[in-house]
Amino acid sequence: MLFALLLAVTVGSKQFTESVILGEIVRQTLEHQGVPAEHKRELGGTRVLFDALIGGDIDVYPEYTGTLAEELLHGAPVEEGLRKQGLRMSKPLGFSNTYAIGVRKETAARLGLHKLSDLARHPNLRLGFSNEFMQRKDGWPRIREAYHLAAQPTGLDHDLAYRAMKEGKIDATDLYSTDAEIEAYGLVLLEDDAHAFPDYRAVLLSRADLPALHALEGAIDQQTMIDLNAAVRLRHLSETEAAAQFVQRRFGGAAVSHEESRALRIVRRTKEHLFLVGVSLFGAALFGIPLGILAARRRRLGKVVLGLTGLLQTIPSLAILVFMIPLLGIGTWPAIAALFLYALLPIVRGAHQGLTGIPRELRESAEALGLPPFARLRRVELPMASPAILSGIQIAAVISVGTATLGALIGAGGYGQPILTGIRLADTSIILEGAAPAALLAIAVQGLFELLERVFVSKGLRL
Amino acid sequence: MSTTLFVLRRARMQYGRANPIGPFDLAFEEGTTTVLLGTSGGGKSTLLKLLNGLVVPIEGEVLFRGRPLREEDRLQLGYVVQGGGLFPHLTAASNIALVARHLHWETARIETRLRELSALVRLPFELLSRYPAQLSGGQAQRVGLMRALMLDPPVMLLDEPLGALDPITRFDLQNDLRDVFARLHKTVMLVTHDLGEAAFFGGRVLLLHDGRIEQEGKIEDLVNAPKTPFVERFVHAQRGLT
Repeated sequence: MLFALLLAVTVGSKQFTESVILGEIVRQTLEHQGVPAEHKRELGGTRVLFDALIGGDIDVYPEYTGTLAEELLHGAPVEEGLRKQGLRMSKPLGFSNTYAIGVRKETAARLGLHKLSDLARHPNLRLGFSNEFMQRKDGWPRIREAYHLAAQPTGLDHDLAYRAMKEGKIDATDLYSTDAEIEAYGLVLLEDDAHAFPDYRAVLLSRADLPALHALEGAIDQQTMIDLNAAVRLRHLSETEAAAQFVQRRFGGAAVSHEESRALRIVRRTKEHLFLVGVSLFGAALFGIPLGILAARRRRLGKVVLGLTGLLQTIPSLAILVFMIPLLGIGTWPAIAALFLYALLPIVRGAHQGLTGIPRELRESAEALGLPPFARLRRVELPMASPAILSGIQIAAVISVGTATLGALIGAGGYGQPILTGIRLADTSIILEGAAPAALLAIAVQGLFELLERVFVSKGLRL
Repeated sequence: MSTTLFVLRRARMQYGRANPIGPFDLAFEEGTTTVLLGTSGGGKSTLLKLLNGLVVPIEGEVLFRGRPLREEDRLQLGYVVQGGGLFPHLTAASNIALVARHLHWETARIETRLRELSALVRLPFELLSRYPAQLSGGQAQRVGLMRALMLDPPVMLLDEPLGALDPITRFDLQNDLRDVFARLHKTVMLVTHDLGEAAFFGGRVLLLHDGRIEQEGKIEDLVNAPKTPFVERFVHAQRGLT
């Protein structure tokens, strides 16, 4: 078992449906050929996946040649650039998913839009582009320059863009040429007549040659990929099921999808979530309570400690998570480190308030009794501060249960995973699979701390 | 020949942000009772805290049995504050036995001592299982006294021990305190703002005002031969009340 885990190939995927489907196809193809594999889904954007591959957190992930050339290697020759990083690129999988700009059919007809160069004549069109497209050099900046566009686009999530298009809130958006929705939402693609967008052929990037995956080279053509995307996004199959159908068709034999039941999924995510919250909270209490004691004892140092932990709290949780990637990679531990930093402030502050809130005459009474400092802390000060300390930990725990859902963004799993997937697929029932247990867990944590208070806080303080 | 317990040499001190008080040159003999008398803010509580090290002199020195006070010397100094200063998270019994437990006394020995003390301060033994919040003011004060007496220290420092009590409770406890201290031959330093209480406990009286000693002597001297206008006003004001 352990041996298998050590040998297992870790597949990564980005946070969009096609990437997740390809990740599943890769995993199932590996397993079909007897290579143990696991799939870390929806790890993040391009940079997160590329860094995770270089760092060894994953062994292989689907990428596009255009992204490689433009974003990751900054125009350097691809083969050589990858070799320098110790990476390997497969032959193309068979389809190309280039950027394209889509408009509604009736808009195109009304304004006579056929080509991207036609956009320059209509500066008042409302453009809504995905945030990644806005940022990428080969995205909006490239076509703005190539076609001399003056419009000011809005940034929004790619998956929300279709709905915005349908509701007429935007007139044009960036698409991937394999998107299932192009047909479903009645959109047309504008021809890239100046050839501004680079070539986006799908390939697999890996750390080492994986012969089991050679079978995928040239195996997925344009229409196959559009069908796979449509199966998930329009027919609501899971990525695992869609990939299984493909692998079965292509390679025959029994399907290897082994999809978990909903109950098992929730149990597994509950374990992941509890692990994230439990470990980070335990660590934060282990450090935070002594820090709070120190802060209460030394007034100036206390101000510094409270100030610093307060500062940590002002950093957006998403930013902390992303900062952790270069330090700790992706997965459970960087998420725990981020949650740990987040949990510090309430715990330090609770301990500090509890201790400084003890009336002076009681602190002096303890001292006058002749108890040495450590005994005073253990027998008098900490028990008296216990309600404040406990409520600090409680606040940290409740915040952690919520914040840990963001851990899914860097591959830590937990209840955040279905929330991410649900947002991506615009499927409320999937979102609820994560959101509802997270809310229940927060309530359970409240209840747990009421019990803990009965155990740890003296009856004399509750009279 | 009596032994000198405390010596203050040119001792000045500051408590919190209040003005510094002193300097004091004083000595306290074993077996005597001293009343620190004065108005609030006059420095009498701070002077008491100087003796058990809760306040450290900013100038001069304070000696206990000929050398600076050490942490463990506090075991010889019982300390009682207004209201008892009881820890709310501990039962009365645990409050009293706190230090004895820390010193690893056996349970049976603690139990015996608690029974002795409850008889001594006339507090029903059953009340000791209560938490401070469940005790009346007079009961809490008696528990505070028991806590100070637990290790049978030779010295008792009392900071307005009767301050927060109603007149009847106060009268009872006053009598009990005097009896207990006389019976146990304690060296007593007691802070009060009440001239009657000072007279009741007797012994040497130090009248403090504005961080200085206005007059030192027997209570009769203060009343009959006030040395300063403040002493005269202090005595006059309190007599008018009684």
